[in-house]
Amino acid sequence: MKRVYPAEEFCVACRLCEVYCATEHSQSRDVIRAFKEEQPPPTKRIFLQQEGAASLAINCRHCDEPRCVWACVAGALTKDPVTGVVNYQPEKCIGCWTCLVACPYGVIVRDPNRPKIAKCDLCPGRDVPVCVAVCPNRALVLS
Amino acid sequence: MTSTRQAPATTQAEAHVQAPAYSYPMPSYLKPRFRVEIEDRRCIRCQCCVEQCSFGALFFDQRRNEVGTVEQNCVACHRCVVFCPTQAISVLRHPVEYRENAHWRPEVIEDITRQAETGGVLLTGMGSDKGWTCYWDKLCLNASQVTNPSIDPLREPMELRTYLGSKPDRVELDPKSGGLRTRLAPQVMVETPILFSAMSYGAVSINVHEALARAAAMTGTLFNTGEGGLHPKLYSYGKNTIVQVASGRFGVHPEYLDVASIIEIKIGQGAKPGIGGHLPGEKVSDDVAFTRMIPSGTDALSPAPQHDIYSIEDLSQLIHALKEATNYTKPVSVKIAAVHNSAAIASGIARAGADIIALDGIRGSTGAAPKIIRDNLGIPIEMAIASADERLRKEGIRQRVSLIAAGGFRNSADVIKAIALGADAVYIGTAALIALGCTECQACYTGRCAWGLTTTDEKLTKRQNPDIAAQRLANLLEGWSHEMKEMLGAMGINALESLRGNRLHLRSVGLTQQEADVLGVLQAGA
Repeated sequence: MKRVYPAEEFCVACRLCEVYCATEHSQSRDVIRAFKEEQPPPTKRIFLQQEGAASLAINCRHCDEPRCVWACVAGALTKDPVTGVVNYQPEKCIGCWTCLVACPYGVIVRDPNRPKIAKCDLCPGRDVPVCVAVCPNRALVLS
Repeated sequence: MTSTRQAPATTQAEAHVQAPAYSYPMPSYLKPRFRVEIEDRRCIRCQCCVEQCSFGALFFDQRRNEVGTVEQNCVACHRCVVFCPTQAISVLRHPVEYRENAHWRPEVIEDITRQAETGGVLLTGMGSDKGWTCYWDKLCLNASQVTNPSIDPLREPMELRTYLGSKPDRVELDPKSGGLRTRLAPQVMVETPILFSAMSYGAVSINVHEALARAAAMTGTLFNTGEGGLHPKLYSYGKNTIVQVASGRFGVHPEYLDVASIIEIKIGQGAKPGIGGHLPGEKVSDDVAFTRMIPSGTDALSPAPQHDIYSIEDLSQLIHALKEATNYTKPVSVKIAAVHNSAAIASGIARAGADIIALDGIRGSTGAAPKIIRDNLGIPIEMAIASADERLRKEGIRQRVSLIAAGGFRNSADVIKAIALGADAVYIGTAALIALGCTECQACYTGRCAWGLTTTDEKLTKRQNPDIAAQRLANLLEGWSHEMKEMLGAMGINALESLRGNRLHLRSVGLTQQEADVLGVLQAGA
């Protein structure tokens, strides 16, 4: 399956992937409105890691052996057998945070606005996820 | 909000406020040149601008939850403006006004102030910004009307292909076979007469070097290594490489000469005629040191002259030593700055056995040069190329060398006018950097280029992805090449060769008779 791979050698730590990820998952999908007007504020699902000159952005790996899916007690996380995407159904989620603990990459986070989680959904409806599309230095590659 | 106030001093209690880096430890009399305005209505506090500013002009004030500015550090590189996802940032000229004075301009006052504070030679980067007469803007190109047909380059073949190298005085054919009997000097073919100018690894980042090499390969032209050697990972682009042998001899070894298409002896450069390159130790990273064959962290200072060249005869020895070293398989170029006697010097270089002469005019750029040298030494490339071409023709040796013009070429019209004045090809450096994001902020010498161009800093180097950069450079060359074909077609010419040195296709506007005479062009209407 296709995943978003970070290219550490070209990541410039601009965090535009985070900004547009949050915007894409907002109500208005408008950067200024999403960040300045919306309540609850939008949540990002990609996370920049930075230390010294090194930086890279990580989001859900949609693992072949998804520990979050195994860990989920409510059946809210499922691995699509066809596309390989790890899907999240918030209506089933009970907010137990077991998946947060199980995820080896730390890319599942608590949605600060409700007792649910937030994780990368690879931007359904788009050809490429928005983080890949907006990265100004091709430091995120879908392959 | 206009975040223009000073950064708060960091105290123990305010340790969470990131302390900004000031340019000067003591209060400076220098006023900021630019004002950075951040529109509060648009700013989403993503701090992208803070991360991108490599000059310490922006910081995030967590206590106030807003971006703060240290305006004296802003160089107007526009990295923050371009990267801001909400277009919240404007960089404006700082509104501090001096009393009008035509002689003591603000720049003059600031230069004196800076020298009073530092006591040093003022360094700068890029080409002269002093507004020397640009003769390209005073030359008109011809076009075909009625009596000769223009050509549509989209329907008919149009040739920009150029061969660089010494041409024979005459051609002899074998009467039996019909083949060529004359032995030709080595020639290098380029698909477009636009080459990338010498920019050394060290002055520019390795990613820029790779992008230049790849763009040259994509468009069938050449890039010039500059005087800092060639990183082994770029040896595969040797066919598209001109390697430089400069006074410091950095990175010169047999393999370096062998992989190249052309070897260029650098005598001088337009931005700083008469002085050698100066790469500060901070920019000499391990990889730069390895490529230059010098210790890491040491200043890479090129001597002002080539210490084995004090005459044309000495130059001839080096030319022939390099030819001998490469088994007479490659053209040898000699690059000089355009100076008062460059026509006579060009004649000497041609007679010394060079295959190519590169002339670099007063608008030529640099990564670091004393400001006073950059802005005052040398002559405009238009005059130099016209007079060198004229001189070599008069002496009957023009065919022995190819002429490359350099120094401030801005667009395809400048290129085509240079070719009409007698150049075989041109070098572009600044235009190539602008294609990669450069805004001519002239802070190259600091090594802190926010666009990742003129730096060897590990973090900043990452800002140029060679995949993207090579494509941008190739796009630029393709765009210019198409435009040149359009202009040639309008002139009714289908090969650039027919325009070379054909000054009848140029007419001057607003020049004195003497200027027009040096350029060898007629007044428009004449």
